[in-house]
Order: sequence, then structure tokens, then C-alpha cells
Amino acid sequence: MPFANHPTSVPVTVDDEKCIAEKGCRVCIDVCPLDVLAINPASGKAHMKYDECWYCMPCEVDCPTGAVKVEIPYLLR
Amino acid sequence: MSEIKTEIVEADILVIGGGTGGPMAAIKAKEKNPSLKVVLMEKANVKRSGAVSMGMDGLNNAVIPGYATPEQYVKEITVANDGIVHQKAVMAYATGSYPMIQYLDSIGVKFEKDGSGEYNVRKVHHMGTYVLPMPEGHHVKKALYRQLRKHQVLVTNRYMATRLLNAPDGRIAGAMGVNTRTGEFLVVRAKSVILACGAAGRLGLPASGYLFGTYENPANCGDGYAMAYHAGAGLANLECYQINPLIKDYNGPACAYVTGPFGGYTANNKGERFIECDYWSGQMMKEFYSELQSGNGPVFLNMTHLAEETISEIETILHSNERPSRGRFHEKRGTNYRDKMVEMHISEIGFCSGHSASGVWVDENARTTVAGLYAAGDMASVPHNYMLGAFVNGGIAGQDAADYCASTDLPAYDEADVAREQERVLAPTRRDDGLTPHEMEFKTRRLVNDYLQPPKVTAKYRIAQARFAEIREDLNAVCVKDPHELMRALELQSILDCADMAAAASLYRTESRWGLYHWRVDHPATDNENWFCHTLLYKDEFGRMANRKRAVDPYVVDIPEEEMGAYHQLRTPALAAE
Repeated sequence: MPFANHPTSVPVTVDDEKCIAEKGCRVCIDVCPLDVLAINPASGKAHMKYDECWYCMPCEVDCPTGAVKVEIPYLLR
Repeated sequence: MSEIKTEIVEADILVIGGGTGGPMAAIKAKEKNPSLKVVLMEKANVKRSGAVSMGMDGLNNAVIPGYATPEQYVKEITVANDGIVHQKAVMAYATGSYPMIQYLDSIGVKFEKDGSGEYNVRKVHHMGTYVLPMPEGHHVKKALYRQLRKHQVLVTNRYMATRLLNAPDGRIAGAMGVNTRTGEFLVVRAKSVILACGAAGRLGLPASGYLFGTYENPANCGDGYAMAYHAGAGLANLECYQINPLIKDYNGPACAYVTGPFGGYTANNKGERFIECDYWSGQMMKEFYSELQSGNGPVFLNMTHLAEETISEIETILHSNERPSRGRFHEKRGTNYRDKMVEMHISEIGFCSGHSASGVWVDENARTTVAGLYAAGDMASVPHNYMLGAFVNGGIAGQDAADYCASTDLPAYDEADVAREQERVLAPTRRDDGLTPHEMEFKTRRLVNDYLQPPKVTAKYRIAQARFAEIREDLNAVCVKDPHELMRALELQSILDCADMAAAASLYRTESRWGLYHWRVDHPATDNENWFCHTLLYKDEFGRMANRKRAVDPYVVDIPEEEMGAYHQLRTPALAAE
């Protein structure tokens, strides 16, 4: 059974310029209650890998460089 | 994920769930006996997990001398729950409430105080005064985390507990978990296990259709309810659903508890009040539902009449605590509290004792019906418990479990149980194609909305059971490609268990009670002669879902007959006369 590729917009965005993941920072990935953030293998920066967001904001609030921004998911907005 | 890695750890106490009640259970167990080995297993990261991930904007049920007595509180909760309460457990909470506030204060949790340093308690409930704002309540998790470190609680983050282990004699022997990033297994053998896994908040589907746009932290998907059930524990009054009045689409509290004391109120589309009391009872929700159905809806939270400084204060509290993204939501919708009422709606259903009364049965010592197994917080049966109740009952569980450990050896467990559970957990990883957890969860929860949402109709409930059984068959086809998706596949199974439990418990109680929470259209009257009792749902000796009645224990606080109906008269007099 084949799987469809079903893209969605993501509520959490990361500013690659500000993200310091290459220095070993994993704060946003660590604090997410739903474990939806991960390192993007292409950029080496944090990104939202799964669209499963509670828009709760620890990722944004705890980020040491202000790189993370949480928007309300489109379906709710 | 073909090779199974399994680590086995031995402990005195295993706490499952690092949100609110769980950390407090671990802390209080260690305070009682620092030599105990206490392991805290958390699906996310204890730093930011659970319902109070971003803190809390206030205590909803503070029993503070000078404002309320434990007896008054027990009376209030008994009346709000139509009499079906285990009063001893409510009393244990009420007497532990003020000492817990003082303890939290001492570890750095901030509460609102007046100029002379007294707690600034406010009124929202129908009878007593119990609400204590926390304008700086965003540091709750940090304060807890410091204590976990200080007491040397052993924390395992990103392990999802999947099943409890029973000893041959039935008592609890530990639990199994799977790492949600690596797929590695952890078996924790323990003398005692405390479940603090939160509500079953991913049961109904939010009206937005977004699976994770729930009221509860979506990590709280009912794992604790499912694990307790499979370990043989009784679950109480599951038919007393959680249904809340929330901000439309955003699905967070609007929040009348915070705004009520400042003069905010719930209004219909004419801007009129229709309920006298914003306390979240089943009867209040029925009035809310009726207003939505009547053509007077939508329902709103009105603050437009308040002074600028009052609104600024409300914004500061609501937009920096608990659900801080709500300010962002209002901004996009163009909702400014000063000139526009906040549109509200009725939430999807869930289980939660924190806000209603559906939880794993516990007595006044937080003990479940399985020896050595405890439950606390939203998933335990002490009604209308909220955050402070999770702390108090978590503490009670931790202390009692510490005592229990002193008189028991580490129980044996059956290795075949572990092997069987590993096969169940890993089955979705062994398939190359099939159904995805996402679509199966969506369908399950959509069916919950279609058939289980009150008013409860027997014929619809029978259809729901048949459809859930079909989805259970489909579990043989669920397929995942990484440990993250495996977590979702396991959560789906908890959700499906909870859906079946919701249907079975609701069909069992053939009366209506608790307002909207258990409104059986085919049995519209409250039947005190046959149903003035708890219901317990459990797994019988054949592995089937079964129900039984449990008598309400004699009250420790008497309720005069004329006061029992206090929560039935919530409609404002002018509208009630219409």
C-alpha cells in the first residue's frame, strides 16, 4: 500500500541565522512536550519535523537566542 | 528497529508522569524516606511536561483559613457532583490544601498577595471562596525541577510507559517503557508504582479538526487510564465526562475563573448573562449547551465594560501564564478585550478528574484497587481537583507509597509478560505498509464526536462500539517508520481503549446525572434509588470490559437535603422565568 505525501504548513518556525544548534544547543528540542522538533539534516539547524503542535510555547520562551517563533496552527487561526 | 534493546532497572518507587502530581509524589516520597530509590518516568521532558508546562494562572480550589474551611469545601464539591463523591478523599485534599500552598510558596511558586502579605483569595464558586490568582505563576515547573534535583529523584525523559507489570499474586511489580526516540525498552521493577499521566485529553476531536488543538496537553492522551485498566485497576465514574467552556477554536480557557473576580462574565449573543456561576459543573455546561442550541448562541466571555487598568491586569495574567499563546490567537482574530467579546464554544469530550470526576478509583490515601498501585492528579478519581489537587494527592501518594515500600519486597514478574508486551509495542514497526497512526487516530476521535458526545443516545452508543471494534481490527495494519510515529501508534491504542471505556461506562449508568456530562436521552431522570453510587469499570477475569457499582461511603460532612440542589439553580432568575 503506497503512502501519500501530504505537506502542511508548520506552526513553529526557526530562524536559521539565530539558531545555534551547531554549537550543540538542543533547548527547543528538549523542552517540546510533543517531541515535534528535530535537527534538520540539510541545514544542521532545529526545525519542526512533525505538525503536532499544542502552541504551548516553551520552545520559543526557552530559546536562548530568540530564534524560535510559534504561530497558532492554520486550522485554528 | 529490528534488534530489541532492553534495560532492566530496580527501584522502590516508580512514578509515571513528570507533570504536576508525579514530581510532587516523587519529592514527598523522598522527603519521607531519603534512602528510597525513586524513578520518575516521563514521556516528554520533566522541565516542560504536562498540563502546567507553561505554569498556571491561579489556584481554583485553594482552601485557605479565613476564606473557607475543609468542611465547606467538601460540602461544595459534594453538591457540585450530585452527591457521588468519596468524601474522605476530598477531605484529605481539603486539609492538605493550605499546607501544600505554603510548601509551594516556600519552594518559589508565586501566589497573589495583598499589601500585608496575605493571600488574595477571590470568589468564583457558587458558595465558597477558593480562587487564588497566580500572576507570576509561570515558574511552577522550574520550582518543581529544582526540588527533583535536590532530592535526587532519578528522571528518565522520553520514555513512554506502555504497560504495568503485575506480580503473580496481582500486586504491582513495575512497568515497561519504550524510548520515543530510539525504540529502546526500559523495564523498571518497583515495589510501588504511582500513575500521574494526566487526563485523557485526546479523546474527542476538536471542532477545528486539528488533532493536537486540544484543551489538555495532547501528550495526556489517556495512557494512564489504559495502563491502569490493563493492570486490573477499577476506574470510577468514567461516564462523568470532562466537557469545558473554551475559547472557540483556540480550545483554551477563556477564562472566567480569572476574569470573573474582576467583573468579566459569560454572556449570550445579546450580551446578557444566562448563568449565575461560572464554576465548571455539569449543570453549568448543560446551561451553556442549551444556550448554544437555543439560537441565543454563540456564547461569549464579556469584558468590554471593564476599566482599562482592569483589562491590562487581566491581559498580563492570561497572556503570560498557562496558555500564553492565547494573546497571539486573539490578535489574529482582531479580538481586543476592550471592545469585542471573546467567542466561546463547548469542548470535545475527555476524561479528567481535575475538571469533572472521571478517573482511576483512588481512596483517601491515593491507593487504587491494585496493591502497590497509586494514582494522582487529573487521572485519579478525586473530583474537581485541578492543579492544587494534583500536588496534594501526588504528595499523599508519595508518602503512602514510601510506607508501603517498607513492608514489601521487590515483587517477581513474569518475563513472558515483557516479551509479549515488546511484541505488541513493536508490531507496527515490523510492517512495510498499512495504515498510519494519524489517520486511525483521526477516525477514532471523529467517531467519538459523532456518537459519544452528549446528549448520549443509546442507539448511537451501540454504533460507536461496533465502529471502535472495527478500528481495533485495523490495529493489525498500523504501520510506523520511526520511534516517534511508534509513540503515536501506542497513544492511538490508549485513545481507543478510552473510547471503549467511555461508551461502556456511559451505557452502564441508566440514568441522567451531572448535567451535560452524563445526559442519557433514553434515561432522562436522575434515579437516586438505583444509581446513587459510583460506577467502577474494570477488566474481568476473562479479559472483558466489565462494570460494577460501588456504594458511596458514609459522608464525613453531612449535607442538608435542601442544599443538595444548589448547583441545579444556575440559570439567572430573569432567563429562568422565560
